[in-house]
Amino acid sequence: MTPPKKFSKFREVMKEVNAKGAAIYKNPVGTEDLVVLSPYTIKYIHSYAEDSPFFLGLAKRKLLGSECESCHYKYATPRSHCMNCGGETKWFNLPKVGRVHSWTTCYYGGEEFLKETPFNLALVEFDGVDTLLLTRLKEAKEADIFIGMEVEAVFRASPRYLVSDVHFVPTGKARKK
Amino acid sequence: MISGGVTKFAKAHPDMDFRMMVKRAFDYAMKDVPDLRTSDIESSRISYFSDHFARQLKAASMVQDYLGLNPRDSRRIEWGGATGGQAIQAGWETVASGRNEVCLVAGFETMSHVETWKGNEFIALASDTNFDYPVGGFYTGYYALMVQRHIYEYLRKTKYAHVKDERKAQRAATEDAKRVMAMVSVKNHVNAQHNPYSQYPERLTMKAALGREMVAYPLNRPMICTMSDGAAVAILASEDVAFKYTDHPVLIKGVGCGTDTMRLADRPHGSVPLFSWEKAEDYANLKYPGVHSFRAGRAAALEAYKNAGVRNPKEELDFVELHDAYASSEIQTYEDIGLCKYGEGYDFVDQGHPFLEGMDYGFDLPHKGTIPVNPSGGLIACGHPVGATGIMQGVFAFWQLQGSIGEHFGNERLQIRNAKRGLIHSHAGTGSSVTVTIMERA
Repeated sequence: MTPPKKFSKFREVMKEVNAKGAAIYKNPVGTEDLVVLSPYTIKYIHSYAEDSPFFLGLAKRKLLGSECESCHYKYATPRSHCMNCGGETKWFNLPKVGRVHSWTTCYYGGEEFLKETPFNLALVEFDGVDTLLLTRLKEAKEADIFIGMEVEAVFRASPRYLVSDVHFVPTGKARKK
Repeated sequence: MISGGVTKFAKAHPDMDFRMMVKRAFDYAMKDVPDLRTSDIESSRISYFSDHFARQLKAASMVQDYLGLNPRDSRRIEWGGATGGQAIQAGWETVASGRNEVCLVAGFETMSHVETWKGNEFIALASDTNFDYPVGGFYTGYYALMVQRHIYEYLRKTKYAHVKDERKAQRAATEDAKRVMAMVSVKNHVNAQHNPYSQYPERLTMKAALGREMVAYPLNRPMICTMSDGAAVAILASEDVAFKYTDHPVLIKGVGCGTDTMRLADRPHGSVPLFSWEKAEDYANLKYPGVHSFRAGRAAALEAYKNAGVRNPKEELDFVELHDAYASSEIQTYEDIGLCKYGEGYDFVDQGHPFLEGMDYGFDLPHKGTIPVNPSGGLIACGHPVGATGIMQGVFAFWQLQGSIGEHFGNERLQIRNAKRGLIHSHAGTGSSVTVTIMERA
């Protein structure tokens, strides 16, 4: 490696480090700081464990919630045990139509999702279900969306086994295949 | 508490690693209590939020090592965004339990080592990674969802109830709320101009505040705190020995901590845990907390007020340093901690209550200075190096209560005259964990 170049702007240091792997920052406090690139990648072997049926359900175009067998509290985002009474829950089919409980349009996001911006997030409420589901709301612009808007579930044709295998669109906007 | 120290929060501190940052803040605090020797410190509680940002596991042990505190008791504290607030409470427990006479609380975060949007990804890993992260992985998005519902509950259903067209009514309510959030942003940036530790002091105007880039509707850049590098320390001592080291210690009078579900989607729709001055009828039609309010913040305040004997916070507190990661959550927090009732947060700002009395913000306010909130500039203008943030609030509150702001800031502009009691508030994980600590002049 050639000796690192020196820069007095940190922005330039970052650029150089990304390109060449190292740079020296001529710090206004009087120091010369050596900055290097330090990559870090991980592949996890992640089990959905007790949540697995939900993700397998999405692949079969089913939206599964869970209902407490003791107190009958109904979860739109499933959990295997009830947060109110500790009882076990059983799976049930959620309606495929719900309403926007709250929403936003994101113009930025985590690095992994930046390329998808702008995108809408919505919390969806379902009749007779006690909790909500966080999802992407597509086929709608910021100016169109409002709390109470009716939305329906759309499933990804070839599942990636992520919660994003389902998203919602305003009712009637589902693209017919 | 007998002393405190803070590094200037900055986008990056390439000349100091995390140990050096803590050392600088530590040396500053030690200089203020010359009779205290490092050997008098019996234990430490060291806080940082993220192993991803640090990329150094057991970093707290390395701080302990660098400060020369081995082989004494130490542990790491992590509690998301409330890491610093929780560290202060952990230090307080160590001393209040009688285990130690003197305990060091130290916190840091180094967020500059990754680019901003990778940093946002790291932060979003503090949401459910099965159900929440893969949808967008963005905390600002989560807080935007929460404030949209807050606006719906408290402006759409009241001030804008007369508007028949649902879309128009909601849009008008949101634009109104944006104006009020911009006022909060102006307040915190203008206050920070007089705080030499702040990262983003600015003579911000309403026009500029409203005109800047949207991040997640309705939250734009100046309404959101940024990532920082920084460290802060607080030195705690028992009531028996505190006066040995300083004539002006500050009493940690009451602590409280509350929690809620990690997933927004799971938040219950029940009833409000009431303060003594509220009635169930006040909230007859309100489903609580939903995603619009922070039950964890309400629970933390209830516990802290009970322990500190606070009956009317708006009257009995002289200032509040609260966790304004977003201008929206500052407004939501006024209601959670009882500075006003649920639904009154926007009007509370319009009336001027949380602004400083002698400060010019560029607009008229009828009731400035009732209860100054974030006189330091808060997270929005000071920066938010997570593990240091809650301790920074503790140090600013300590200096306020000592009456020593002038000495530490180099000017008196932010000193609340005759401040006797203050509240610090630390908040984490979409509202899943909140700490409230009441501090008093001893």
